[in-house]
Amino acid sequence: MDLFRLKAHELQQKLFRREVSAVEITQSVLARADKVDSTIQSFITRTPEAALAQAKRVDEKLARGEAVSPLAGIPGALKDNMCTKGVKTTCASKILANFVPPYDATITEKLAAADAVIVGKANLDEFAMGSSTENSGFFVTRNPWDTDRVPGGSSGGSGAAVAAGEAIWSLGSDTGGSIRLPAAYCGVVGLKPTYGRVSRYGLVAYASSLDQIGPFARDVRDCALVLGAISGHDRRDSTSINAPVPDYTAKLESGVKGLKIGLPREYFVAGMQPEVEAAIRRSIDELVAMGAELVEVSMPHTQYALATYYLIATAEASSNLGRYDGVGFGHRGEGSDIVSMYKRSRAEGFGPEVQRRIMLGTYALSSGYYDAYYLKALKVRTLIKQDFDRAFGQVDVLIAPIAPTTAFKIGEKVEDPLAMYLVDVCTIPSNLAGVPALSLPCGFADGLPIGMQIIGPHLSEATLLQVAYTFEQAHDYHKQLAAIREVD
Amino acid sequence: MKFETVIGLEVHTELKTASKIFCGCTTEFGGDQNTHVCPVCLGLPGVLPVLNEKVLEFAIRTGLALNCKISHYSKFDRKNYYYPDLPKNFQTSQYDLPICEGGYLDIEVGGETKRIGITRVHMEEDAGKLVHSGTISNSEYALVDYNRTGVPLLEIVSEPDIRTPEEAKAYLEKIKSILSYIDVSDCKMEEGSLRCDANISLRPVGQEQFGTKAEIKNVNSFKAVQRALEYEQERQEEVLSEGGRIIQETRTWDDSRGVTLSMRNKEQAQDYRYFPEPDLVPIVVDSEQIEAIRRSLPELPDARKARIMKEQGLSAYDAEVITATRPMADYFDALIAAGAEAKAAANWLMGEVSKLLNACSLDIRSCPVPPANLAEMIALIEKGTISGKIAKTVFEAMWNEGKTAPVIVKEQGLVQMSDEGELGNIVEAVIAANPQSVADFNAGKEKAVGFLVGQIMRQTKGRANPELVNRLLKEKLTGK
Repeated sequence: MDLFRLKAHELQQKLFRREVSAVEITQSVLARADKVDSTIQSFITRTPEAALAQAKRVDEKLARGEAVSPLAGIPGALKDNMCTKGVKTTCASKILANFVPPYDATITEKLAAADAVIVGKANLDEFAMGSSTENSGFFVTRNPWDTDRVPGGSSGGSGAAVAAGEAIWSLGSDTGGSIRLPAAYCGVVGLKPTYGRVSRYGLVAYASSLDQIGPFARDVRDCALVLGAISGHDRRDSTSINAPVPDYTAKLESGVKGLKIGLPREYFVAGMQPEVEAAIRRSIDELVAMGAELVEVSMPHTQYALATYYLIATAEASSNLGRYDGVGFGHRGEGSDIVSMYKRSRAEGFGPEVQRRIMLGTYALSSGYYDAYYLKALKVRTLIKQDFDRAFGQVDVLIAPIAPTTAFKIGEKVEDPLAMYLVDVCTIPSNLAGVPALSLPCGFADGLPIGMQIIGPHLSEATLLQVAYTFEQAHDYHKQLAAIREVD
Repeated sequence: MKFETVIGLEVHTELKTASKIFCGCTTEFGGDQNTHVCPVCLGLPGVLPVLNEKVLEFAIRTGLALNCKISHYSKFDRKNYYYPDLPKNFQTSQYDLPICEGGYLDIEVGGETKRIGITRVHMEEDAGKLVHSGTISNSEYALVDYNRTGVPLLEIVSEPDIRTPEEAKAYLEKIKSILSYIDVSDCKMEEGSLRCDANISLRPVGQEQFGTKAEIKNVNSFKAVQRALEYEQERQEEVLSEGGRIIQETRTWDDSRGVTLSMRNKEQAQDYRYFPEPDLVPIVVDSEQIEAIRRSLPELPDARKARIMKEQGLSAYDAEVITATRPMADYFDALIAAGAEAKAAANWLMGEVSKLLNACSLDIRSCPVPPANLAEMIALIEKGTISGKIAKTVFEAMWNEGKTAPVIVKEQGLVQMSDEGELGNIVEAVIAANPQSVADFNAGKEKAVGFLVGQIMRQTKGRANPELVNRLLKEKLTGK
């Protein structure tokens, strides 16, 4: 049997019953990647030796009868903007093409403590800036459901790897939808946790006040397992939340009876692909049929979210990316003096989208423009948060589309940055508000997956997973894996 | 036209916390290059800052000592600029909501007390150090030492209340005194733990509006601050008197040439693009915390000075010098506690003790003569056992040999000669041996007495009681 096709919780059962070994599981996943990654191109760096060595350690632990965590021996992938000591961390940027961190991110440490197996570092839009993974400084990752299409972004490699069977689970980072969009386009579960739920220490920053790490998984239970392994307070991240981590699997089977579901009308934008809108509305009807109560809500500032995001995120990015100057690490260009060296290093090292966002952010923070742009964006951000506060005074969760369409063709939007930005119109508001949001497969259109978004108040991850699980169990979307031609 | 000088000072002081402001690296000065570093202070991709709580406490201590209001809500901001000694190419600092605002300190210049306003005190991180292969202008390359990167700094900004270079120096001395009293900084200008930038402008006397200012950087001692300001005051006066205009600019002080030189003007001024630091949460301080820190403050220089003047009857000048540093004032208090008379104690401290400390480049905390021993010696003078002159010899011996005054006096036979009969014989012998001096004296030349005293002192190896010598000499010369 193809072990790589199974869920983490299924593999865990087999492992605990000693039906398979962690090495066998890992070998299966590695072999699958050997056969499909030349097509999908999920990985920037693969770490098969380290993965097998780790799997072997897990097998030894199990043989000694030691207790292990639910993720022990289960192969996963990390987005290549999370620091791994001794393993290249590139952010898919030429400027960090050879950067090997001397330290581990907190999530890397937590996963190691959970005995998880890491098979590689996944491709992304350079510095997580993009919605298609076409902005990678190295290569484009392909959608496993249709290799002419994008996997979504920016965590496209993480989404595609899980959908293609190259990893059982993975981690992505979500600043404006970068986990949820690839999850929707690749037909897997993706969760952006509450801002501060997962430590950002060791996540290479794009926009510090919006970035959040979260899991990709084949089903909701796996998503809950991975979330549990990476969540928790971290003294090294001042913005991390000091709240206990619940067992995210505990409430999965509680159903949706009596739960109030909000339908934010502003999320159903003009120009939506009819099949996508129909799938979301049908899914809501089903949840109502399962006992949930539907409430229509209004979030009047949603229309300003995109503009607000592109001021705040780019402002923070312009400062966060200042450190790539060729002095201490990363690519250094030739220059006759320090300023020309700075300019050459950055011009050669950063791709066009990163340069565009640095320029936008620099402009937004410039004296004379700060009040009109950055400061105003902060004020609108507060209004958007208040929209969520008001909505969650009425309902338990909100349900909305992830994106207006299914995955688009590679190259379709690269010449039109604004069209690319619009893809994130439904995902950005929850980043601005810092609330958790989950992407769940809820149908197909022309063979391409459709994602439904479930958004909740701060620290309501368990409720989001509960709603998602209830819906998922009534369908078989999570049982489908993209058919990819394997190459030997 | 007469001009009035307007000066405002920005003081940067390194805090002597054990670790850096946003990571656990040591703040120790020196060390091999790039050994006091970690991913956080090196600004590697992915790292995050965590505020050292001690820095906040020290900032509040400083604010309270400078009579500031402590903000209950404050935050950090990023100051963005490119420089190779700044690994992140932004400095985490405080912009519009500093931790302390609206304070003052009193300085004494020419016997008058003057109050100088403190606009704000804020926390920030220090940058690293560039090591050039040659001079700044002809270096082929520069190396960076990040040991200092992330050492906590306080920036203390004064109101433009200072009117003379002398006041500026007095202000700096007072800041240094207060910071060392409250034990937050070493204030060593030579190690860069205290740095000063000065803003100076001139305006016609009577004019309300400020003139155009120049900012002077790179001044490395209090004396240099005064000199730089004196130079700049003169330069600006010259320009204005000739009908010229001052350009708003940053000027650097060249200490060896004694001039300020233009670095960059306002048009070239950088746009720092300040914005709130998203990786740190706002700082919330409640009144209880502030009061607890206030209670832990030691007696400050002004209060101590007033107390010493009142309790010990010292002059304002003496009390000022003695309370300038806390260890000095502590030494003085210890002398008094050991029974020394106040004025004598003050004179010894400001005289011989300071002289030898300076000569040996020692801090009073490492003074080899403990206060009790000095007090014991001062008592010997009071009792007339030794003369004030001999006491200096005794003190040097105490300093060098570590023995107490009575032991040295006994060993070296330095007891003052106060026996009238014995001394009378010597006086007579000296008079007999110097008829010319006696003749001079009789001719009205008072100076001749000095010569005779000197002869007597030589014969007694300085042990003769000077008052007694004077009396006996006069009696015998005048026959009274």
